[in-house]
Amino acid sequence: MRFKVIKPGLLTTVQDLGRWGYQSSGVPVAGAMDLPALRIGNAIVGNCEGAAALEVTVIGPELAVEGEGVVVFSGAELGFSVNGRHVGSWTALCVKDGDVLSFSAPVKGCRGYLCTPGGIDVPLVMGSRSTYTRAKIGGYEGRALKAGDVVEAGGDGFFSKRIDGFRPPDEILPDYSSASELFILPGLQMDAFTEDGLKTLFSSEYEVSGESDRMGCRFDGPKVQHKEAGADIVSDAIPLGAVQIPGHGLPIAMLADRQTTGGYTKVGVLTPDSIQALAQMMPKARVRFARATMEQAIEELAAAKAAVDAVRQLRASWISRPSCSAGALVKKVAAEFRITVEGKSYDVKCEEI
Amino acid sequence: MSIYINEPRFLAAGESCLVVEFADEIDRAANDAVMNLRHWMENQRRAPIVECLPTYRSLAIYFDPLIVCRAKIEEEAHLALRENLSVLSAPHRTISIPVCYGGEYGPDIANVASHAGISEEEVVRRHSARVCHCYMIGFVPGFAYLGGMDESIATPRLANPRTVIPGGSVGIAGKQTGIYPIDSPGGWQLIGRTPLKLFTPEKDPPTLIDAGYDVRFVPVGRDEYMAIEDEVASGRYEPVITEADQ
Repeated sequence: MRFKVIKPGLLTTVQDLGRWGYQSSGVPVAGAMDLPALRIGNAIVGNCEGAAALEVTVIGPELAVEGEGVVVFSGAELGFSVNGRHVGSWTALCVKDGDVLSFSAPVKGCRGYLCTPGGIDVPLVMGSRSTYTRAKIGGYEGRALKAGDVVEAGGDGFFSKRIDGFRPPDEILPDYSSASELFILPGLQMDAFTEDGLKTLFSSEYEVSGESDRMGCRFDGPKVQHKEAGADIVSDAIPLGAVQIPGHGLPIAMLADRQTTGGYTKVGVLTPDSIQALAQMMPKARVRFARATMEQAIEELAAAKAAVDAVRQLRASWISRPSCSAGALVKKVAAEFRITVEGKSYDVKCEEI
Repeated sequence: MSIYINEPRFLAAGESCLVVEFADEIDRAANDAVMNLRHWMENQRRAPIVECLPTYRSLAIYFDPLIVCRAKIEEEAHLALRENLSVLSAPHRTISIPVCYGGEYGPDIANVASHAGISEEEVVRRHSARVCHCYMIGFVPGFAYLGGMDESIATPRLANPRTVIPGGSVGIAGKQTGIYPIDSPGGWQLIGRTPLKLFTPEKDPPTLIDAGYDVRFVPVGRDEYMAIEDEVASGRYEPVITEADQ
């Protein structure tokens, strides 16, 4: 399957879980801004969690399908539609030659992933397909998609048309509407700030600035005061989600395209759920910062992993449901699968009669 | 500002990263301790890590907390520090970087010469006489933060930065010297250029200079520059890297 780009959208790039292992060479990690959404999208279409997808930002692209396959749009509700008919997020769908994928308007959140079995097929650069546009590394020619581009998808990825219509239940999907509190795991140069400064940070309301991008999210609000030594440090590492506060006193959360190192004081690091929530916030969103514990941060990671595992199980049982309920989409072919009920495995064979 | 190589600080850096900090200033001994800890962490097999990122004065150790707990990473780092790192140390490598100084490759060498009150030839001599140390790679992919330049040729940045500086350009900014790995804007005083490619995304590792290397600038003439450029283009060039016992 291929996608021909009719309209590129605001910022559509190829992303996977990021280019890990090269930060010591100064290469930023990049990767999906909303990592759990990418993982769940990949689980829905049966990929490994790190398969590459198209990251869509606020205003989605218009893509013409060449060939046939399966797609799911995971993440924000951006009005994902096929041939003008609303499909929405998280629902897997079979598509065929000539179908047009488009996005009507953002409803909730601002980033999502167009996932397809086998993933988006661009060359691996330093072990990753993620696009880092600032240095033109990876992805589709190191840049965001443009009209006229043709993106190969699928590779040799296995797909079953039986996945058509599968959508995990809301309980295990991220909820992008609730977050207004961002949790910071204190650390790094937290001792560079005055007590009053930290009080300001953790008791005031901040607004997501319009000057935010894949590299970092700036906040407007009350200034956080540094101690006498100031805001500059000898450069050190910037982990994902680090909350950096330069001399101007306003926090900046460092996101996927962050530089590997930097010379500003960091008050701590956002928890995984808070990084995800922030990746889905539009400018002007209002937030408060709160202190997190290490246990909380690790629990969030574990819960995100459990959600992906749950999606895989549900997918397997959806695909193995009786074929009559799949309607006309299922061809009459022999199929074999294994189902597990209460710890016992059964081999099931379907034959045409 | 202080140095605490023997009592490093273990800083929380989120649930997936531990930072071991040996100083809060630029210090060669602290940087050596960073490289030695990196060498240990990358070669041990007890506490699986994602990657290590060495900086001037600290080592960031990235790991997956669902695979290995932080305590295990900390334990391994403590073990490394107890095991007298100066004995089990990282290899000490020196890379030679051929540089064609002046002319079209080093349009600002006259600025540096007049600022130091010496001849251009003397700028070349002083810039290539001392071995520099790569404290870390950062800022842009493949950019080596070098320390140890002869301070007598220190020169302030250009008042008007250039919009495009060709990759390979060797420059001076204050007391620092460096090499632009890829074409980028910048305000450094350009004194020469190397035909070597400092950053090649297709190669593993993608960078020629690794953090912890010593760097020796070797003056070459224009003909030799062109010859090396050809060798680099055709993949025949082997960088000159020597390893020494500490």
